[in-house]
Amino acid sequence: MAKESSFKNMTLTLLVITFVSSAVLAGVYELTKDAIDAVRIRKINRGISEVLPAFDNNPSEDVYKKFVDGDTVYVYIATKDKKYVGAAIQTFTNNGYGGKFVLLVGFLADGTINNINVISHSETPGLGDKIDPAKHGFSLQFHGKNPETYKLTVKKENGDVDAITASTISSKAFCDAVARAYAVYREDVMKKGKWNGNSGATPKQ
Amino acid sequence: MKERIQIILKGIFKENPTFVLVLGMCPTLATTSSAINGLSMGLATSFVLMLSNMTISTVGKMIPDKVRIPSYIVIIAAFVTVVDLLMAGYLPDIHSTLGIFIPLIVVNCIVLARAESYAAKNGAIDSIFDGLGIGLGFTLALTFLGFVRELLGAYSVFGYKLVSGDGIILFILAPGAFFALAYLMILFNMVKKKFIKDN
Repeated sequence: MAKESSFKNMTLTLLVITFVSSAVLAGVYELTKDAIDAVRIRKINRGISEVLPAFDNNPSEDVYKKFVDGDTVYVYIATKDKKYVGAAIQTFTNNGYGGKFVLLVGFLADGTINNINVISHSETPGLGDKIDPAKHGFSLQFHGKNPETYKLTVKKENGDVDAITASTISSKAFCDAVARAYAVYREDVMKKGKWNGNSGATPKQ
Repeated sequence: MKERIQIILKGIFKENPTFVLVLGMCPTLATTSSAINGLSMGLATSFVLMLSNMTISTVGKMIPDKVRIPSYIVIIAAFVTVVDLLMAGYLPDIHSTLGIFIPLIVVNCIVLARAESYAAKNGAIDSIFDGLGIGLGFTLALTFLGFVRELLGAYSVFGYKLVSGDGIILFILAPGAFFALAYLMILFNMVKKKFIKDN
């Protein structure tokens, strides 16, 4: 049925097969790249529109990346009629009970938290996964709060945040992620104005 | 031509991968929460099956015996990634519902079993028809299973709501998959025994 196996023909066969496969995949990747990118951008924009008031620009084109604590935080600037609306910040924490989780936090011009969405997490179902606004009201308590005056730690540590019962680690990690987002927002958006300022849009202090 | 149709029918009834061979249970149980999900999973697998069967029946005789399985897996994985990329680009909603189960077609035992037990021993055309038959059998089984689960669990058919209300949620959840599969398997084999005498 099959050929006799020798070191030479085995190596050669595997080499040819992997080479041809990678060539095919490279071709298909090039072919589908644009479509996949478009899908990704639509998804990001949909996520941003959930955490910020109405805007009319394309925030995923106006993205600013910052490398902090070993990973990247993404800042998406939203404007309407060329006026600054706010920024959605994709932030992360490594302190979750199930490791890393990623949030999208929407800040208004004065630094007030507008809304928070969970992008991905691996917290325990039924306990830590209550950080997801679809599952529990935990994240709602952040809405309309300004981290300048609102202490982003759990009450047990003299903060202002009501932790999820039996999920203090997840709650603390959530605060950590939001605090990281706010630090970037304050440093880079409110103070330095790191966005395409060609429209003259300035966030009000 | 008659034999070719026979090959396809064999894949659908006599050797139905889900109800008779009971292969590939992981995607079967996990992705059939609605008819449309089952259908797309089935079609994706069929596509991979036909292409991998065709390729392996053509080049199979040139592959040395000892590196047979790694070679098959690389070929199958390449086709699965092609399907994965195409779906990510053009059917993003279905792609995100099926999620990890698309890349996992690589280790679906149906695909490797057909490569090893059929495609490696038969010609390219016969192997394509075998892939088509087995693929259709898998697709029909998954669609039917998804149809039943969606009907009982959400009172809807292919996404169209028939009766308002929540339905028997159990059938959308994991236990419902086992129940529905078990009863459909009984039903399928009862019907099969009645109509196909030669086994």
